[in-house]
Amino acid sequence: MTDYDVIVVGGGPAGSMAAEAAAKQGAKTMMLEKDRDIGYPVRCGEGVGATGLKKFIDPDPNWIATTISKVRMRSPDNTQVDFGMQDAGYVLHRRLFDYALANRASQAGVDIQTRAYVDGLIIEDDSVCGVKYQYMGENRQLTSKIVIAADGVESRVGRMAGIRTATKLKDMESGYQASVGNIDVDQEMIDFFVGDNWAPGGYLWIFPKGDGMANIGLGVSGVHAKNHNAHDMTHAFIKKYFPKASVLTSVCGGIPIAKTLKKITAHGLMLTGDAARMVNPVTGGGIITGMEGGQIAGDVAGQAIQSGDYTIEGLKDYPQRWHKSEGKNHETFYRISQAIEEITDDQLNKIAHRLVKTPSENLSLLKIFTAVAREKPKILLDVTRAFAGV
Amino acid sequence: MILVKDNRCDFCGTCVAVCPVDAIELREADISIIHDTCIDCDICIWVCPIDVLSSDVTKEGVTHD
Ligand SMILES: Cc1cc2nc3c(=O)[nH]c(=O)nc-3n(C[C@H](O)[C@H](O)[C@H](O)COP(=O)(O)OP(=O)(O)OC[C@H]3O[C@@H](n4cnc5c(N)ncnc54)[C@H](O)[C@@H]3O)c2cc1C
Ligand code: SF4
Ligand code: SF4
Repeated sequence: MTDYDVIVVGGGPAGSMAAEAAAKQGAKTMMLEKDRDIGYPVRCGEGVGATGLKKFIDPDPNWIATTISKVRMRSPDNTQVDFGMQDAGYVLHRRLFDYALANRASQAGVDIQTRAYVDGLIIEDDSVCGVKYQYMGENRQLTSKIVIAADGVESRVGRMAGIRTATKLKDMESGYQASVGNIDVDQEMIDFFVGDNWAPGGYLWIFPKGDGMANIGLGVSGVHAKNHNAHDMTHAFIKKYFPKASVLTSVCGGIPIAKTLKKITAHGLMLTGDAARMVNPVTGGGIITGMEGGQIAGDVAGQAIQSGDYTIEGLKDYPQRWHKSEGKNHETFYRISQAIEEITDDQLNKIAHRLVKTPSENLSLLKIFTAVAREKPKILLDVTRAFAGV
Repeated sequence: MILVKDNRCDFCGTCVAVCPVDAIELREADISIIHDTCIDCDICIWVCPIDVLSSDVTKEGVTHD
């Protein structure tokens, strides 16, 4: 007898979804979170697409800060390309959102332990059979049939089982964000700034949070991070454009814009969310993709518990279902992100100058990325695939 | 050797994610470098969004992709 059927490491969106899905399949499930709080600190811009979110949870005013219907994209010379999007998305209160997901998991029967830092795996005959962790300075361990590593960008659980998870510098965005008060921005619009002056190899964002507040942050590509510090650039931007704003919270964080790991399972182990590098490489959004990956992982884990096979073979539905639902889009987005990385500021300005001439009601993400693809024709097919109907 | 500036780390884990040899240990509010494992590649220094890390070795002409 093991202590649990499934142990999930990490209490973010991917972990809560995985734990809930496993418990719904009847698996006795535990979720371990190293921090004192689920959902805090919030290392996130908190923006999500509406369609993606609604697949997993009904929007709840308790954790929705603002509803987004407009998008602005700015080129390096600050040319503004605006367009509307029906039902575009939301800016969340992630602290409350993550809490709601964990609460839902607990109502499905999941046990949750915070302040539990996993620092080792129990491995027998090449199979992961449990975790070692520290709870308030005390060494503990729990045995299990399957461990799901949803331990975020800083994931070490995969490495403990010998999976190579280290992200290349070029595939990591070095990010920083300030949540500011006393700022007057359109509460229905998300605003993106692309180009080397704003954020080399990444972008800067302003996401409204209601009541005169907004998240202002940026990600700098790891290869540029040596000479560009995300903290300094964010504060310089705020000082220049919003001198009256006050910083209420600031966080830093890494956004892996890598390909999903080739290997997301081992005997008795599954990796999901940021830990498996499931973030969309173009947008840097990882909430919804992490929830998707987590839900599939938990579901497959639950089924494997029923069938009694926790080997890689028994878990093979997981990589297959991930590939079908999101993984193949992810590969497309990765190719697009690689091509965008090669586009110069001059080219971005040129694209923006062309696009501003189009009436904003005729613009869409597909139109915008098609204009980008004119500079990089090799991604035209990928762009059509990725943004058709968006 | 990689040095950690006192009272500056935000415990975000970006450095942990890029370290090729898993030489960084990170908890809720504690970070330490496992010096025996570290290969002094310096990429953790570059990727840190708030310049917490530094090296006591100066190297010339080292590049990474
Ligand atoms: C600055 C920034 C802005 C972003 N903006 C957006 C955005 O606007 N929209 C979007 O969709 N995405 C955004 N992202 C990405 C998004 O935040 C992540 O993709 C998402 O949080 C991933 O969810 P997760 O559950 O995989 O990991 P996380 O939410 O990181 O959860 C992992 C959890 O595991 C815990 N943990 C780690 N190690 C251990 C251990 N050893 N033992 C126990 N627990 C452990 C951590 O404490 C953490 O709570 C942003 C990221 C950053 C850094
Ligand atoms: S210098 Fe390189 S090996 Fe050493 S801790 Fe930093 S990333 Fe890891
Ligand atoms: S990247 Fe910097 S702030 Fe983040 S954990 Fe590492 S040293 Fe700390």
